[in-house]
Amino acid sequence: MKSNLIDYTLHLADTALILSQRNSEWCGHGPILEQDIAITNISLDLLGQARNFYQYAATLTGGEATEDSLAYLRTEREFKNLLLVEQENGDWGQTILRQYLFSQFQYLMFEKLQQCSDEQLAAIASKSIKETAYHLRWSSEWVCRLGDGTKESHERMLLAIEELWRYTGEMFESAVYETIINVASLKEDWMQRVSAVFSEATLPVPENVFMQTGGKKGIHTELLGFMLTELQYVQRTYPGAEW
Amino acid sequence: MVNPKSIEEKKIWDILETVTDPEVPVLTITDLGIVRDVIIDDDNIEIIITPTYTGCPAMDMITMQIRLAMLENGYSNVKITSVLSPAWTTDWMSEEGKRKLKEYGIAPPDKKISIPKDGVTCPQCNSTNTKLISEFGSTACKALYQCNDCKEPFDYFKCH
Repeated sequence: MKSNLIDYTLHLADTALILSQRNSEWCGHGPILEQDIAITNISLDLLGQARNFYQYAATLTGGEATEDSLAYLRTEREFKNLLLVEQENGDWGQTILRQYLFSQFQYLMFEKLQQCSDEQLAAIASKSIKETAYHLRWSSEWVCRLGDGTKESHERMLLAIEELWRYTGEMFESAVYETIINVASLKEDWMQRVSAVFSEATLPVPENVFMQTGGKKGIHTELLGFMLTELQYVQRTYPGAEW
Repeated sequence: MVNPKSIEEKKIWDILETVTDPEVPVLTITDLGIVRDVIIDDDNIEIIITPTYTGCPAMDMITMQIRLAMLENGYSNVKITSVLSPAWTTDWMSEEGKRKLKEYGIAPPDKKISIPKDGVTCPQCNSTNTKLISEFGSTACKALYQCNDCKEPFDYFKCH
């Protein structure tokens, strides 16, 4: 059962790391200074979460494993992040929607995880949920601002929904190693909250969309490989490099 | 701060009180409530700390500074352990710390709402006629506000 716990912890770590990396691509490119700072702050919080999860996974794995080896030296097929978080930034609307759909899920998931039987995962969740609350509020306000904004911002949000909705189903499908909490039980609550925000944002909730899955098992969209190439470049080229 | 149980422990807390936060240099790590415990077992000393925010880049530096401050005072067998639970809260910030923050130009956490839309007291002119500019500021622990009276923008240490 220990291998399940390691895989699950890596799934949580990878998801936080990959979304952190995506958001960090906005650094210096945000639409205005304050929002550039906001998205990179969120990126930093997610990186902190990822480090906590990787450190724990390294302890569980033992041997030579470190937080760095787990983040920098695993291949695409070993990464267990959600497909949603590896999707491209697109325009600001798509970045916002990706963050909102994920933060809404992560908040509900951490609520459960902070009560789970594993002490360390519970501690990381109760620490991180305070930050996720900021991400959730900020991103949901932006979904409303853009959805119920101008004709163009509304249309762009519709495109973002079309692009990203298909990756949301995976969040609620348990992987074989995902035994600590029942993610399927979060779906109804997630759907209700997303519907409320979409309603305020005058955006439709899609129905009968075919859901793409596979990320939790290491089957990714072609985007992840390119991301890892950049993320792991230094350690792959100069193994053990420090600065 | 936790009440020291011995003279030796008091000495260590006094050393820790000289270590400041690299991002907000007017605050010591004891003002912030980062140091949770000091455990003395003969020559071995364990210092328990907790991060403010999970991604706070200052934590590694703070750990190093604690080690250096202890070394300067002759303590070499020091173990620094970081714990996550219970999660850090601004409720652990000392009153002295809040006073120093305000003097430094950062509004201290004083509300029960983490990021109020308005009504935060301006650290420059004490007006409460202020507005939120951005929920995210120069560091993870701060949000950006502006005073409608004196017009100064200022940081607010979020109630967390």
